[in-house]
Amino acid sequence: MNSPGESTRRGFLMKVGLLLNGVVGLALSIPILRYVLSPVSSERKSGYDSWLSLGSSARFPAGQTRLATFRNPVVDSWDGETGDIPCWVRNIDGKTFQVFAINCAHLGCPVRWFPQSGLFTCPCHGGAYYQDGARASGPPERGLFEYPYKIEDGKLLIRAGEMPTPGRAANPSKRSAECV
Amino acid sequence: MRLVRRVAEWLDQRLQVGRTIRDVMEHPVPRQTASWWYVFGSAALTIFVFQVVTGILLALIYVPSAGEAWNSLQTLNHQVALGWFIRALHGWGSNFMLAIVLIHMAQVFLFGAYKFPRELTWIVGVFLLLFTFGMAFTGQVLRFDQDAYWGLGIGASIASRVPVLGSALVQLLLGGPIIAGATLSRFFALHVFVIPGLLIGFVGLHVLMVLKLGINEWPMPGRIVQRSTYLQEYHALIEKDGIPFVPEAVWKDVLFSGFILLAIAACAILLGPFGPSGQPDPTIIQTAPRPDPFFLWIYALLSFLPPAAETPILLIGPVVAIVILLALPFVAGEGEKSWKRRPIAVLAVLVIAVALGTLTNLGVHTPWSPVMDAWSSEPIPLAYLKGRAPLEYQGALVFQAKQCHNCHSLGGDGGKRGPALDRVALRLTPNQLVRQVIQGGGNMPAYGKNLSPAETTALVKFLETLYPPGNTPARDASRSVVGESGSP
Repeated sequence: MNSPGESTRRGFLMKVGLLLNGVVGLALSIPILRYVLSPVSSERKSGYDSWLSLGSSARFPAGQTRLATFRNPVVDSWDGETGDIPCWVRNIDGKTFQVFAINCAHLGCPVRWFPQSGLFTCPCHGGAYYQDGARASGPPERGLFEYPYKIEDGKLLIRAGEMPTPGRAANPSKRSAECV
Repeated sequence: MRLVRRVAEWLDQRLQVGRTIRDVMEHPVPRQTASWWYVFGSAALTIFVFQVVTGILLALIYVPSAGEAWNSLQTLNHQVALGWFIRALHGWGSNFMLAIVLIHMAQVFLFGAYKFPRELTWIVGVFLLLFTFGMAFTGQVLRFDQDAYWGLGIGASIASRVPVLGSALVQLLLGGPIIAGATLSRFFALHVFVIPGLLIGFVGLHVLMVLKLGINEWPMPGRIVQRSTYLQEYHALIEKDGIPFVPEAVWKDVLFSGFILLAIAACAILLGPFGPSGQPDPTIIQTAPRPDPFFLWIYALLSFLPPAAETPILLIGPVVAIVILLALPFVAGEGEKSWKRRPIAVLAVLVIAVALGTLTNLGVHTPWSPVMDAWSSEPIPLAYLKGRAPLEYQGALVFQAKQCHNCHSLGGDGGKRGPALDRVALRLTPNQLVRQVIQGGGNMPAYGKNLSPAETTALVKFLETLYPPGNTPARDASRSVVGESGSP
């Protein structure tokens, strides 16, 4: 019983239906995309960088390099121990410091400090750095990542919050302006 | 028996699938394909089903939370009855699945199965390979231990090297600024929902195409594939020499799958589950992270690439490899199928297999990694100390205390990152030794700032004694001209 008029009306309503689905789908895709991209969006990113205390600067004797840990500023209650981030603190002369990220500049493995030979060494591919973080040998293309620091009320503060990786432009360059 | 028949009839009246199932089972295959060479695809499918089942069993206990995942694995290993066994089955199943999928791929490549009209079957297969690797990597992350944690760091470091988008990619990969709860949650979603869903869909397509297009016939040298005639020829072959898949060919698939499952179970019982290794606590830095076996070759490759070439090769290499695999059936969609007339194909498989095998073997031994505790745990062999002068003893102490042993071996012990020093005095003169120690170079750090002149002198005196008896150590020929003492 298909008269041409009826089939046109059905066809038209079918097209309206498809259009409605398309419009709703498009409208929904925007919030979904925003949800999926939320780790990248700028509003949360402001919290990624904060000044964090590593404790009294007296904990780090002059001329030595010691391991310190801080709680990442952006954490959830279920992050557990993954929110505790280590870093190497070098007290150069009692007044000037260097705070290095734990991550090797090659592929992010944890570098270890050897005071006897004055080298940071990476257990993964053998990258080595001098005591000032400069590249000594191995596959890394650059020196260790450095966190900016300042000293307030005798406390050593660093600005951290993001895992440093080789390609990130946000890496603080050597000796930030905030240095005291 | 009558009851069973009646129930079956009742069901089929409503489901209407009996005929389809019978057609699928009895579809004709060329007689020669009822071969032991054609069992790998079905074995991969069997392991996939096995992985789904054991995966669901693990999900009954596992907690995908960064703070709890490691503890829930301990509970699985030690508290839940046979939890360790289910973990072992799933872990070994993963290794077997990757191995069988790779063997299957090599087999269909060598048998020319990717040629017309099965191009799309091959392409879907390439995606199945990528998904399988994706499952292996995400699964390694769910075993949320030290290796998983630092493995994610490696992944993030690689992703960060993508131009422009690198930083955003790292955030997306980790789900936040650091490796933490959000990271594990998204890898859980990938491992349990996204990739398995893709796998089920693509496996369905893959099998459907094998049924619709027919299994690849046994390649005969000289039987050339041409788009214009192939379908007729295949049809004629089936007419003339076809046998029903069930039961004439399927028994080998069933037997082999059973054997593989038995092998997985045997490995699980005898060798146990994988890890977890230490807690995923980044403040525990006494660790040497290492990926799972099927990623060791990448780990090895990353230590051998020259630093400047690393980023381009890491980013472009995989794209090129995938494009080659996808383009293969279009470039070589016709022609000879038999490996006997395709020497380059055979050579390519051999070269890739040897390369991956060699890199994996290197990845097991990691000669490029310093032995981080050799300086305090590996003594210098006694033979190198006997009858030495006090200054040389002092040098041996410097050798240990300054961690030289971490990168240089003596008597086979210690690091392999730098050259072994058992015969170093044959290669370098005393002056060259001093220069090398102080200035470094050739991938060695400079020790000038960390050795006093006395320490350097002692160290070099010790190194000068390192040569086999009966040989003459290297010396500077010009010394004899100017006199032994060095002054004219």
